[in-house]
This record gives sequence, structure tokens and C-alpha cells, in this order.
Amino acid sequence: MSSPVNNVVPGLAPEVPLTLPEPVERTLPNGLRVLLTRRPGVPLAEVRLSIPAAHADLAVADVLSAALFSGTETASMTEIAQRLQGVGGALGAGADPDRIAVSGNSLATGLPELLEVLGDLLKAADYPDGPLEVERSRIIDSLSVAEQQPDFQVGRALDARLWGDHPYGNQQPAAAEVAAVDREAVLALHAARLHPTGARLIIVGDIDPDATAAAVEKALGDWNGAGEPRRMAPLPDLAPGPLVLVDRPGSVQSAIRVAYPAVARTHADNAAQHLANLVFGGYFSSRLVMNLRETKGYGYSPRSRVDHAPAGSFQLAAVDVATEVTGPALAEVHAELRGMAERPPAADELDLARRYALGSVKLATATQAGIANYISVLAAAGLPLSWLAEHSERIREVTPADVQRVAAERLDPDRAVAVVLGDGDQIREPLAEFGEIAAP
Amino acid sequence: MTVATIPAPAFAIERFKLDNGLRVVLAPDPGAPVVGVAVVYDVGMRSEPEGRTGFAHLFEHMMFQGSHNVGKAEHMRHVQSAGGTFNGSTHIDYTDYFNLLPSNGLELALFLEADRMRGPAITEENLANQVSVVKEEIRVNVLNRPYGGFPWIKLPPVMFDTFPNAHDGYGSFVDLDAATVDDAQSFFDAYYPASNAVLSVAGDFDPEQARALVERHFGGVEARPAPVHPPFDEPDLDAERRESYVDERATLPAVAIAWRVPDPVTELAAFLPYVVLGELLTDGDASRLVERLVHTDRTATAVAAHTSFMSEPFASRGPTAMLVQAFLPPGTPVDTVLGTVDEELARVAAGVDEVELDRVKARVAAQLLRGDDSVMGRSRRFATAEIFHGDAAMATRFASLLGEVTATAVSEAAAALTPNRRAVLEVIPGGAQ
Repeated sequence: MSSPVNNVVPGLAPEVPLTLPEPVERTLPNGLRVLLTRRPGVPLAEVRLSIPAAHADLAVADVLSAALFSGTETASMTEIAQRLQGVGGALGAGADPDRIAVSGNSLATGLPELLEVLGDLLKAADYPDGPLEVERSRIIDSLSVAEQQPDFQVGRALDARLWGDHPYGNQQPAAAEVAAVDREAVLALHAARLHPTGARLIIVGDIDPDATAAAVEKALGDWNGAGEPRRMAPLPDLAPGPLVLVDRPGSVQSAIRVAYPAVARTHADNAAQHLANLVFGGYFSSRLVMNLRETKGYGYSPRSRVDHAPAGSFQLAAVDVATEVTGPALAEVHAELRGMAERPPAADELDLARRYALGSVKLATATQAGIANYISVLAAAGLPLSWLAEHSERIREVTPADVQRVAAERLDPDRAVAVVLGDGDQIREPLAEFGEIAAP
Repeated sequence: MTVATIPAPAFAIERFKLDNGLRVVLAPDPGAPVVGVAVVYDVGMRSEPEGRTGFAHLFEHMMFQGSHNVGKAEHMRHVQSAGGTFNGSTHIDYTDYFNLLPSNGLELALFLEADRMRGPAITEENLANQVSVVKEEIRVNVLNRPYGGFPWIKLPPVMFDTFPNAHDGYGSFVDLDAATVDDAQSFFDAYYPASNAVLSVAGDFDPEQARALVERHFGGVEARPAPVHPPFDEPDLDAERRESYVDERATLPAVAIAWRVPDPVTELAAFLPYVVLGELLTDGDASRLVERLVHTDRTATAVAAHTSFMSEPFASRGPTAMLVQAFLPPGTPVDTVLGTVDEELARVAAGVDEVELDRVKARVAAQLLRGDDSVMGRSRRFATAEIFHGDAAMATRFASLLGEVTATAVSEAAAALTPNRRAVLEVIPGGAQ
């Protein structure tokens, strides 16, 4: 080849507009809301079922989620697993303070069978004692491992510090609480909460929506029952106070977590907040990553995010750093937070974040699983998938002044809550320079 | 019982080679308006020099520190400015660099990959910075958590004797600190010529236009000879090897068992039954070891079997292994689990039911297809299929090749996993008990 070396970074071709599939929505007579999206590609289907479970006992909900597949009145755990495996399928369940979620996937041709299995579980899960005992022990075993993980440990302390008595303040049951869960409690929770009313079933894949609607109706049309709906109280405002130090003797890193306020997706400032978070620490080209990782080498993955949970929104900056740089790293996190209002992004810094935000939506909706997840997350906030297109338009309009304004209002260390987990003997003194220190 | 027929994915694939030896794979598919660009270099942790453990991975970090026309951090900035994401990853036998962008960013990604294929811009300052970042990565993933590096770092030294196969590919802090700019240049010179790489583009693009862009940006990359890959082979074990270590943050006993398997490339037909066997043993509640160890005997709280140390059967060379790893309820003796695994392998060796095998194959196919739904996943898989199997299109054939594995072949594979050929590593829970 005789081409010369190209030394001019090429620009972009004309932008390809965002195209989102339009879910077909049905509500079954029993109240189940069904969102079906045809997205060809690979011959698979993704399934997400979300059942409201506010104020359910967490330990019972965890055991229920694990033991949901342990057997029905007519089928053993093995038979259920074989039926799923035979159509290339798998199902799993999990609980959080807001819901019990069942998700999975299968070959598209096997979707009716997967839905039949799902229906059998919802209608007739029997939680037999033997398998229930196994699942209870497995949860306790895996909790014992999780409790050694710095991210889990600091997350638990942060939840407690941020939300106190609100259900979000305790999102992980203790081993003793799990051990106390018996079959009656699980059956009672299933009877009280696993109802179609208020539940949402999302299916995305290489499917025909009409045929799939018929399969859903057949498998889940006779799923019934109703309980009293319980609402989750909104999250309380953040209450700034002393830095919380979680002692983890011998820890070779400190896990720094700094939480600060946020507005909801539906707030007029949400688009500006989205971009402010990106500029601050929401992507690799952010100030936090450039400073803490690429300049100082303090941590592998400094990051910040806006967390839009169903009960409320907040922002969180996080970085795990070598023990000896704990103080300097926290000082830099504070400085970068303040810097968002003091040194607001110029047009080019904002445009970089803006283009990233616009592209991210295209990337995140490029797979069946990605679309299913987005539909599910937005639906939990009462928003349709098409909200992404509207949000993208709002992202285009955000100005540097908007970002400076939302940063000044919320990206402020004095309004933040900080929790640091690390080797107390090593980091207590450097952290004392930031003010008062409290135990978890 | 419904057992699904296994569908074959149909992706059009074009392959060609530039004069400098760069192999190029184009896999157009207009499904979503995004494009994946992956460059895979045929060098991994096995090729790093003695005294420089962790160097292949450190060098991967250095490839993001700038190149001829791209400053430090600018690669990320350019890709993200196009609305895209990027990353790199270092494996036992290869290193990949990948970008996923809205489809209007194709030329940008090609330019950036071509620019660093001409050589990264490595300075003392950048190197010191990234040594520090890599140490934090190792602290997060290995040193500051329970079961860090188990079994992918901890088991190879039990099973293997030679440095390439046995050493810690994440690297010791001593070796990382000793790395120099000259080391990086030597590593680039030896292992990063265009002729040792595959460029793979998947997603929404016009193949003719893409071909012209590839030639424009990569055609001028210097032609240099590809390295000769030395054989890394070692004799199989003829007596069991067993070691243990205390993990201060572990709360449960754990064990990993590994046996050598046929070469995933040169003996593919003999290797595939082990991939199916792994799924038969531990995929889901209907699988042999999950049902027996977890649900019946309650001697394991979790168990998983897979081929190759990083669980990538189609992106590995020999020598490699089949692994079974299990976490046990507190106080459970590892020997009990070893004995049960032997019993279950003997049962498989005695014969496998066709219906059971068909179920397992259906799930394997679905999992491979799910990976293919991601444009980024596809571009990376096509590239590694070209690197290891000499044909990117092989990536679309693995599901059907696994579908052809017979019950007899799976039984024979299980029969070969005998105690005298295994390496066993036990994790003893430490102070957290």
C-alpha cells in the first residue's frame, strides 16, 4: 500500500437518528400489565417480570426468590429446571425493597414453554421444606462471603447512614434473619404479594407480539389473587453530618463513598443533572477519572452516578484507593465536587458529555436484553420507553449555565454524606482533618 | 418435555488481508445503528518475559496512553465524544481492544486503532501512573477481597511447571515496579506488528465503504514479521497434585479441580465434548453436580465447571484445562466433594441419555446466541475465531459443532478425568471464621 500516514483525526459521519422499538401494551383481565416488543436479531426472547413488594420482609423475600424454583404441587425442582433447559431457557429471581423480580431468557421458539413454567411457579410454587432449607443455607453462606467484600460492607453502612429507618436503610438481611425464615412465612408472603395486580411483564425478542400475547394469556391469564397494595414512602432528604468511618482492619484499600442530593427523572433539571454527573465523574473522560486515576494514580475506577430508585433519587461518587492516599483522595473528591460550580464546564467539555449521553442511549438499546432492561427501569418510574427520545432532545438543549446552576445546588461537599471503609488505625488520623468522625 | 431445535445464527462475514499482514473481518448487520470495532493481538500473559509478570496487562494499559496523533486520554475522549465506549482486556493467549460506537463513528474508531497499531507513546510519567493504576486494580480484584484470583491465578502454578503456564498473569508488585519504557518498546516490537493482529468490524455499516476506510487507515501501518509462537506444551500429570492455602477473608472452604484437556485449537473435535460436559455437570438445577452436591448431598453451596482458565473455550490454546470449582458449607471436608465428583464423573462415563444431552445443547446454543446479540460481543468473537481458528466464520459454527457432539464422546471425556491426572487447590477459610 502507498497510502500516506493519516494524521488528522477524522470527524464523524452524519448522525444516525435514535430509533426505538414501540412496545405493544396489553393488560390482562387479571390486572397483569404486559409490554411486548419485537426486536429481531438473534432468535431469543428476554423476559422481565416485576411484582411490587414494598414493605415485604427482606429475609422472607430473599428466601422466596431463591426457592421459587424448588418445586410446585405437581413438579419437582429438577423437572422444572429440565423444562427450562430444554428450550434453552433459564429463570432467576431476586428481591429488593421495592419488588420481587423474575427474569430470564430462552430460545424464541421456546418462549411459550418458559411462560408456562413461569405461570406454574406463580400459581403453584410449593416451597417444599427440604429444598427451602438448602436455599436458606445457600443465602447464609453467600452472605458470609459478601460480608467480607468491601463494596458490600460500605454499601450496607451507607444505606443505614443515608436512609435510617426507611426500608432503603436496610437492604440486606442478616444471616440470623434468614435462618429464622420458615416455609409458612414464605407461603404467606407468596399468598400476600405474588399477584398480577400491579405486576408488569416485559418481553423483548424475536417474537410476534400477537402470538406472544396469546401465549401470555394462556400461561398467566388464570394467575390470580389480590392483596392490599402497599406504597413505599419517599426517601428522606440527605442529612449531612460527621464522616462515617467503617473499620476494616488490615484493609489494603479504602472504599470512599460520597452521596449528595439529586432530582428525579421527571424534574426539569434532570437533563442538566445527567450531564453534570457525566462531567464530574460519570464517564472515563470526566474530571474525577482524569484526576484520581490518570493523573494521580490513586484508584482503578473512580466513578459517580445518579441513582433513580423508585422511592427517590440521589447521587453517589465512589472510589477505592490505596490506604496511604485515603486523605488526599477524599480531598480531591471534595475539590472536584466544588469545582463543578466554581469551574463550570466550558462549551467543549459539555458537548463531549452531551455527545456521550446521546450515543449511550443508542448503545444501551442495541440488544434485546438492553431494551428489556430499559423498558423495565423506566416503567418502574411510570415512564414509557419513548421517554428516552424526549430526554435525548432535552440533553441537546442543556447549557453550561444550566450545569453550573444544578451543580451549585447539589454537587456540594457540605450537603453530602461521606462514608469511608478502611483500616481504621491507618486512616482515622488523615480523615480527622476533614472534621468530626462517627462510627457506623 | 419440549426440546427446542437449535437455530443457527446467520451473519454475513467477509475476510481479507492487507499487504502488511493485518487480517480483517467485516460482519455487516444493520440491526441496530451501532458498530463494534475490535483489534485482537495474538499475545497474552503466557508470552510475557520472566521477571516481568503482569507485563502483557500493563502494556494493554499503556496502549491507552496516547500514540502518534493521539495524546494521553484522547483515545477515550474521542470515542466517548462520538457517543461510544471502549475497553481492552488481557487474556492468557490474547489481548483485545474494542470500541462500540453509534455507526457514524466507524472511521474515527478505525483511525484510533490504526494510530496505536503504529506504536503507543510511552513516557516514564505515563508508565509510573499506570503501574499505580494497575496495582489498585489488583488490590480491588485480588488482594482486598475473599477468593481473589481463585482459581485463575492460584491454580496454574499447581498444575504447570513452566513459567509461561504457571506464573501470575496479573503480576507481582515487584515486577510491575521494575517495568521500563524500554521493556514496553521491546514488547511492542515483538508482539504488536499488524501481521500478529486481527481487525474485526461488526454492526451497521456498508462493507465496501468499510473496506476502503480500513485500507486508508491501516494500509500504511508498517509491515513487520509476526512473532513465532513457541509451543507452551507440558507433559500431562501422571500423579495427583494437591495444594492448599489460607485466605484470611474467606468464610467458606473452596476447591478447584483441574484436568488437562485436548488442545482447543489443534484438537478441536476432541476438545468440544469437554465443553458440553461442563454444561452437563453444572448448568442449572437439572445438571449433575448441582443436583447432587448442592441439592441432594448439600456438600456444596455453589459449583461451576468450565473449560480454560478464563472460561473461554473458543479463545484459548493449549495447554489448558477443564475446571470444576465449588464453594462448600462451613466445615465440609473437601475430600467428600472430591469423592462425589469422581462418582458423578463415573456415572457420566457409564453413559449419557440423549434427551438430557439435547437439553444441555439447547441451553449452550441459547447462551452463545445471547452473546451474539451484542455487536461488541460479535466483533470480539469473530476476531478471536480468526486468531485461534483461522476463520472468523467459525464463531457462527460453534453451536452446531457442539450440537454434533455425541453421548459417547461426552462419556469418554468424563472417563478421562481421573484422580491421577488432576490438580487440586483447596482454599482454607481464615480469620473471618
